[in-house]
Amino acid sequence: MNEASRKLTAVIVDDEELARAVIREMLRAHPEIDVLGECANGFEAVKMVSERKPDLLFLDIQMPKLDGFEVLELIGSDIAVIFVTAYDQHALRAFEVHAVDYLLKPVAADRFEAALDRARQRLGAPVAPPVAELAAAAREPGHHAERIVVKDGTRVHIIPVAKLDYVEAEDDYVALASQGKKHLKQQTISSVEAMLDPKTFLRIHRSCIVNLERVAKVEPYGKDSHVAILSDGVRLPVSRAGYARLRTILDGQTS
Amino acid sequence: MHPILGHLRQLSLYLLAWFPLAAILFYILKTGGGLSWLQSFAMVPTLCLVYAFMCLSAWYSCRGTPLASSTFYRLALTHLSGALVISGIWVALAKGWATALANIDAFRGLDQKFVPDYPLLFACGVMIYLLAVALHYVLLSVEFSREMEKREIQARVLARDSELKALKAQVNPHFLFNSLNSISALTSIDAGRAREMCILLADFLRKTLGLGEKTVIPLREELELVRSFLSVEKVRFGVRLTVEESVAPGALECSVPPLLLQPLVENAVAHGISNLTEGGWIRVGVSCDGNKKAVGRNLQTDDLRIEVENNFDPDMPRRRGHGVGLANVRQRLATRYGDRARFEVRAEGDRFRVSIVLPAERAETAA
Repeated sequence: MNEASRKLTAVIVDDEELARAVIREMLRAHPEIDVLGECANGFEAVKMVSERKPDLLFLDIQMPKLDGFEVLELIGSDIAVIFVTAYDQHALRAFEVHAVDYLLKPVAADRFEAALDRARQRLGAPVAPPVAELAAAAREPGHHAERIVVKDGTRVHIIPVAKLDYVEAEDDYVALASQGKKHLKQQTISSVEAMLDPKTFLRIHRSCIVNLERVAKVEPYGKDSHVAILSDGVRLPVSRAGYARLRTILDGQTS
Repeated sequence: MHPILGHLRQLSLYLLAWFPLAAILFYILKTGGGLSWLQSFAMVPTLCLVYAFMCLSAWYSCRGTPLASSTFYRLALTHLSGALVISGIWVALAKGWATALANIDAFRGLDQKFVPDYPLLFACGVMIYLLAVALHYVLLSVEFSREMEKREIQARVLARDSELKALKAQVNPHFLFNSLNSISALTSIDAGRAREMCILLADFLRKTLGLGEKTVIPLREELELVRSFLSVEKVRFGVRLTVEESVAPGALECSVPPLLLQPLVENAVAHGISNLTEGGWIRVGVSCDGNKKAVGRNLQTDDLRIEVENNFDPDMPRRRGHGVGLANVRQRLATRYGDRARFEVRAEGDRFRVSIVLPAERAETAA
């Protein structure tokens, strides 16, 4: 089948009506692309993408509720994303998260066509990188996440990092514990660890990261392992290496 | 210019410092030199006065051989030879003076009696000259540090000016490109509105560029700039942007630094409105209240109060770059008004407010 004539579906995400109108108008020249809908913020985008499963997403970066990168973190990896933004400060990050292309506003027609060509190629041979991993890795060095976004069905939870108690690995997921609730997210515990500020969060076990401010005490457990008890009574395993790291940090604080 | 000779106050202090020296010299000549009271009285004041001015010449050799960059040998050679020469001249002058005095009956034979005192006088001259050298080095270093301070202040003023110039020249790229994108969208939807938007944008850019070298502008002009900015943003955000303005008529002619309000409003749009799905509001309030204490002295010390308030989404993480515009305004106020201006930022719930209080300077009082 000819790739260029394949029927595609697309969703346009931008908080400005006029900015959506430009993309809509440019897509009018492509009857093979079916616009499923438009969204004015990140929440709507995540909802629509999981309900309608488009092939192509035109995504603004600065938006209310969730920004473009957070949207990308929450949606599947089988979507070709074209960032459309006013300023190129995010270009590097966009390519790190394997965006198909990065269009600058005002969008020129030939650049738009080139982006569509790249999207068709990408969809013809999907590489399917684990998007959540990449989005987490694309953070600038020294700049840690201030919140973590989790999708629950079509709903989106935003967990401020300050309210995160601990993170536990569960098979292919991580469970993020915050204010007595656990949120599951498809991500590896190592990439969560990389997102968090090492001054506040510590990997105390192969399968566990803890918020140091929540740790009430650490007790010996068994022959050479320990258990960390949080202020709300939750008990978390501490490995030998984890205990050594914990000791270094706690000793550093008291001295 | 000579630091002592050039200033009457310094010169009198310097001459005052010669009194103890004169007393010591008097004592030396009286006891060691064998002169009578009268003879010492005739010699010492004149000699001291002359030598006081001669020692000021140390300034030139001190300036020529700076302490920091001259070798010890050069310093020693310059100042010792200076001391020998100056002191030698002094002794010769003393001899002349003694000879002249010897013509008067009361001092007959003074020139003869004074001959054995020459080595003593010469030694005193060398010592005093070296003291003068030390004094001049101290004065030089004081002058140098004052000069450095002045230069530093000048550099700071220059840096601030260029910062302001850069601020004037700078139009936020987000604002510019998003506006151009809106125009691009409007061209096919509504050509008339596209043209209108072009004119609004041109109007804003012209006003910004027109600020040029001005250090103050009437508040009226700053408000026009703000309105012009907001009318462009209104095309972008449509119904999402509501603006309320309440300005006391008396405040319009007050002088304010340019770009005092516009960065605050731009900040409100970027961090408030653009993060709110349902849209938000910006309130600009300006009032001018009199300071009753000053009325009697007929002084113009009203307070100009400016407030920019907007709502925002407290759950949104702070974007980087947040606060640069605010910090800039705060700093410019501080350098221009010092303690006379206040700058306050408050975030309460979903409201963000910046309040500024500064002295109301009216154009006619400034002129």
